[in-house]
Amino acid sequence: MRLLGAISASILAILLVTAPASQAASPSPTPSPSNQTFQNNISGFLRDDTRAPLAGVTITAKSGDFTGTTKSAANGSWNIGVPQQGTYTVELDESTLPEGIKLADGQENPRDVTFSQTSNLSVIFAFGKGIVVQQQDFGQNLLNRLVAGLSFGLLLALASVGLSLIFGTTGLTNFAHGEMVTLGAVLVFAFNAIGLPFWLALILSVLGGGLFGYAQDRGLWRPLRRRGTGLVPMMIVSIGLALAVRYVIQFYFGGATQQLPFAQSPEIQLGPVSISPNNLWSLGISAVVIALIGIVLLKTRLGKATRAVADNPALAAASGIDVDAVIRLVWITGGMLASLGGILWAYYRPGVTFDMGSAILLLIFAGVTLGGLGTVFGALIGSVIVGIFVELTTVFGLAADLKYVGALFIMIVVLLFRPQGILGRRERVG
Amino acid sequence: MDFGFILASAAGEIFSPTTAAYALAALGLAVHFGYSGLLNFGQAGFMAVGAYGFAISTLSFGVPFFVGLLIAIIASSIFALLLGIPTLRLRADYLAIVTIAAAEIVRYIVTTNQLTPVTGSANGLAAFEGGFYAMNPFPEGSYFGMNNRDFFIRVVGWGLVAICCTLVWLLMRSPWGRVLKGIREDENAVRSLGKNVYAYKMQALIIGGILGALAGMVFTLPRGAVQPANYGTELTFFLYTCLLLGGLGTVLGPVVGAMIFWVVLSLTQGILYGLIESGAVTWLNTVQAGQLRYILVGVALMLLMIFRPQGVFGNKKELAFA
Repeated sequence: MRLLGAISASILAILLVTAPASQAASPSPTPSPSNQTFQNNISGFLRDDTRAPLAGVTITAKSGDFTGTTKSAANGSWNIGVPQQGTYTVELDESTLPEGIKLADGQENPRDVTFSQTSNLSVIFAFGKGIVVQQQDFGQNLLNRLVAGLSFGLLLALASVGLSLIFGTTGLTNFAHGEMVTLGAVLVFAFNAIGLPFWLALILSVLGGGLFGYAQDRGLWRPLRRRGTGLVPMMIVSIGLALAVRYVIQFYFGGATQQLPFAQSPEIQLGPVSISPNNLWSLGISAVVIALIGIVLLKTRLGKATRAVADNPALAAASGIDVDAVIRLVWITGGMLASLGGILWAYYRPGVTFDMGSAILLLIFAGVTLGGLGTVFGALIGSVIVGIFVELTTVFGLAADLKYVGALFIMIVVLLFRPQGILGRRERVG
Repeated sequence: MDFGFILASAAGEIFSPTTAAYALAALGLAVHFGYSGLLNFGQAGFMAVGAYGFAISTLSFGVPFFVGLLIAIIASSIFALLLGIPTLRLRADYLAIVTIAAAEIVRYIVTTNQLTPVTGSANGLAAFEGGFYAMNPFPEGSYFGMNNRDFFIRVVGWGLVAICCTLVWLLMRSPWGRVLKGIREDENAVRSLGKNVYAYKMQALIIGGILGALAGMVFTLPRGAVQPANYGTELTFFLYTCLLLGGLGTVLGPVVGAMIFWVVLSLTQGILYGLIESGAVTWLNTVQAGQLRYILVGVALMLLMIFRPQGVFGNKKELAFA
């Protein structure tokens, strides 16, 4: 795994160095804008059937009046910056392929590709004689999407559990939670950029998320609670905070999409399922962390205190629980979980942007609402349902750029019939 | 740095059509949140429904201007009904989450490539404003330094603001408005007087939504284009900032709030760009200066909510929350 990581990191470095150079050298008929001017990218790796990279192959992306051309770099990577997300016709110029290399049978060229919410779009071309592009059968596809959805749902759950804990103990619907998610990924990128080892960057980012949660509670929410500010004003304050933090991040991070180390990972076959190692790691990490949170909540005194505060703060305080300390701890935990969720989200998409957290904020809300506002295990179940639902709708024919709509729609429908959510209790609905 | 130019362009924002659109949409929010206590976080969705309802009916079906206007109003009323049915019986934060989700659903649907022939997907739609400008009664020429098109849209936009403000003012001092304020203060008390709280809330949601749809049209007409990226959740949050600046439970508050919002944005942009160009500020570039303004909006929204929730004109007793 570490070796694989090192390889993909070096590939990334080469890509950064060589991509602009190769583009400047290419004598293209239309002016080919440099990648830095656009926030959206279509990219991929060209490798033949022996997995050797193919260099100097011309690739064109077209949509309407826009045409972008590039040549693949020495390691086979190519990248075309495009002005906006949408459908593009990507064509590989077969005359520029090296001698003896042919596209695989059944490989569509030119082919239409469509962005699905993320600003980076990978396009794979298969090469080689005898290699036939497999038309994935429905069952296979379903299984793959199911596992990917589970991975996505569990990373959503990391963020939702924090949001739900905060809601349960303080009553606050925190619209700034998306920015806590973004912060995790941005911190990893920043720590990695200043040269810290990857594992240290990960740990520091999660701790940084916890610190941000603590600072928020200490500097903003606790004083507001002391003033007796109502829940609706606090909600609007959290919106202000979300806007401010989002643009502070953009101020320092910029508007472009960046990649974390090891973000490129080819899919591996695991039994009947093909999954990328990153997704597999993400699935494992989030499952373990959520299990830990569950054990802490159910088995320890601290967990019992947290549940008591969530149930009735006044009664908890009367029975000797330090409510402020519990809430502080919930904010720190929520920040750390959101941060970890953000890092995993950066690998799932893949890519880091300043608005990546607010992009899934509503899915997090959907998960929390589905499960029942304020219930931790409800948030877990709700998020997994949302994650799987988002991935499965594409299998059943919903367009990729509409896949979030299904999840949001389901949330509204559930509210219609069971407003308290799956695990919620009636009296919370009010 | 040319202070005269900076001040002039900031003053120009006071009566710009965009400010009129923000004022109308914020007035709709005042009906929702300020007067009825409904936490609508999907006003951007209502604006999108209005703008797209008008643009699509004009472009795809070739209807005349006033039919398009009517379709936009009907579409936003239906949108309000669809939103209201599942949520108006629930607590405020549920309505907030559902409305923000519904607004995003609208934005995803008009962005999808599946509907490109109808909605133009991410590029949006253009060239639907001909019917509107064909009604321009002002002959060509200069009106206060504007051409007749710019002058016409300002007259219509601000005329609409004036009419809607008057209507809302009349509504809110009528018995109907008093019931609405009663619901905001204590829903159960109003219910015990035999009023159908659900129906009143629904009517308020529809009226505010129609104001949002009109705002969406005023927003798109001067641009001659409607694009989904303009109708994100940020738009709603900016509208809340306008509303809180002016005052929640007031008629003129949202209008003045929108004016202050745009003047301050224009002033900060002018001054920051001026400082960067003159070399006085080197730690910023112009892109970052744009972002700095939005950081200020966020901070302003927080500070307003914490320290002066009633806004410039508001009465602290008239807040939708205690």
